[in-house]
Amino acid sequence: MSEKIFVKGNEAVAMAAIEAGLRCYFGYPITPQSDIPEYLARELPKTGGTFIQVESEIGAINMVLGASAAGARAMTSSSGPGISLKQEGISYMAGSELPGVIVDIMRQGPGLGGIDASQADYWQATRGGGHGGYRIIVLAPASVQEMYDLTMRAFDLSDLYRIPAMVLADSVIGQMKESIVANPRPEVDLPAKEWAVRGRREGEPQNVVKSLKLGDGEMEAFHWAMHDRYKVLADRESLWEEIQTGDAELIVTAFGSTARISRTAVDMAREAGLKVGLMRPITLFPFPSHAYLALSQRCKRFLDIELSTGQMIDDVRLSVARDTEVSFYGRPPGAGSLPTPEEIFQQIRKVYP
Amino acid sequence: MRHDVFIAGYGGQGVLMAGNLLSYAAIHEGKNVSFLPAYGVEKRGGSAMCTVVFADGDTGSPVVGHPSVSLILNQLSFDKYAAMVRQGGTCIVNSSLVECGGVELSGVEIFCVPMNQIALDLGDVRMVNMVACGAYAARSGALAQSSLEEALKKVLPERNHRLIPGNIKAIEAGAAMARKQ
Repeated sequence: MSEKIFVKGNEAVAMAAIEAGLRCYFGYPITPQSDIPEYLARELPKTGGTFIQVESEIGAINMVLGASAAGARAMTSSSGPGISLKQEGISYMAGSELPGVIVDIMRQGPGLGGIDASQADYWQATRGGGHGGYRIIVLAPASVQEMYDLTMRAFDLSDLYRIPAMVLADSVIGQMKESIVANPRPEVDLPAKEWAVRGRREGEPQNVVKSLKLGDGEMEAFHWAMHDRYKVLADRESLWEEIQTGDAELIVTAFGSTARISRTAVDMAREAGLKVGLMRPITLFPFPSHAYLALSQRCKRFLDIELSTGQMIDDVRLSVARDTEVSFYGRPPGAGSLPTPEEIFQQIRKVYP
Repeated sequence: MRHDVFIAGYGGQGVLMAGNLLSYAAIHEGKNVSFLPAYGVEKRGGSAMCTVVFADGDTGSPVVGHPSVSLILNQLSFDKYAAMVRQGGTCIVNSSLVECGGVELSGVEIFCVPMNQIALDLGDVRMVNMVACGAYAARSGALAQSSLEEALKKVLPERNHRLIPGNIKAIEAGAAMARKQ
């Protein structure tokens, strides 16, 4: 086993991106994700990659689109207001079937909001975010190790399915330091990017990357094809973690930072003799619906915890069996609104059968 | 075994470095570690806080509502956070800056260490965080003093390694104080 290193979540994202073969990073600083461009500005050029601090977030995402169209592994990162600005470009990438990684270290909103941890961009991330009706792959790390591992996974999934991929976290996971192993890039069988526009050589077919589809039936066919691809994604790539769900009378469900906090609350419940488990979705799109359904066939009570007034709960309710009772406990983001394990344990006591 | 420690003071007292030192010491002992700095619109002279959790297994929540040990370096933090310590826990207080004589918290041991004075006696008040870490290691028994000394090599940049012997003395002085009482 390799030696453990002690790094911030944001640094782990940047390190993993380089290990995953990142060639081009385009970004603009915003708290709480600025450690990512800071690290990449220093380290990416050393590997022959290109780092550009662009004049705006809109510029950055469109440069990701361009680099990706040329076949390069490209990434951008931002938070709340910056991610909103990028939505136009993400929609164009989705329409052009271009891979690319977008890191969103969520902050409070709406508007300028503030820099404290938030999960209130769940809807924006998992419903596509921009116009036109599309989805992107969304991965939700709950530790610094997962920030590292899932960033590499995001690049592979994005290339494999030609869908933009987002790593969705917040300042707890981004600013926290943990001991991790910087794993080498896993070997994944990826198709060659034959669609890339690299300059046409003699005798080669012309490649066109675009989202404008004016042909009769062309756009409808695209939507159905993507619809099918999302189904394949859900079947093959859904990731989740279950802790002590086997005999659970109540299942706490949460993603990212709140899942980490809930994990200790579940331990407290177990020590108090309550049969409580934890269901943590790791992919938010595809949402591991079939796993929720299976769990809800033997456990009829769920408690959803979020740093918002409730967004993921929509997907939980759509996934579980109809006779399941889904309770909610949320702390909308803001200074001093991070729940403690003790607080979640109290909520567990309240709804425990 | 899972340990958690909350550290609070004002910006400039080395609160975050203390958290980093304890983290590296725990890693040196083969533990899993999470270090969560308070993350807000921070400024010099404002509050500085962090939480370190280390365990043989999963560290669980990086957020701790009622820490088992708190290291409190100034009065403001004492007033705000001392009462948060878990029942049966310990509050290690910098009595150079905090009026803690005679203060009682039900179910919590208050352990006063004149950290500024000890650091000053050793030649530099900036080592107040090292005194605190030494007191923590000896009082809690959660980390070996030798691991803290080893961790200094990781926490301090190479150019400051000449300061390691002085810092070791500060850690030792904090630990000696903890063993005495």
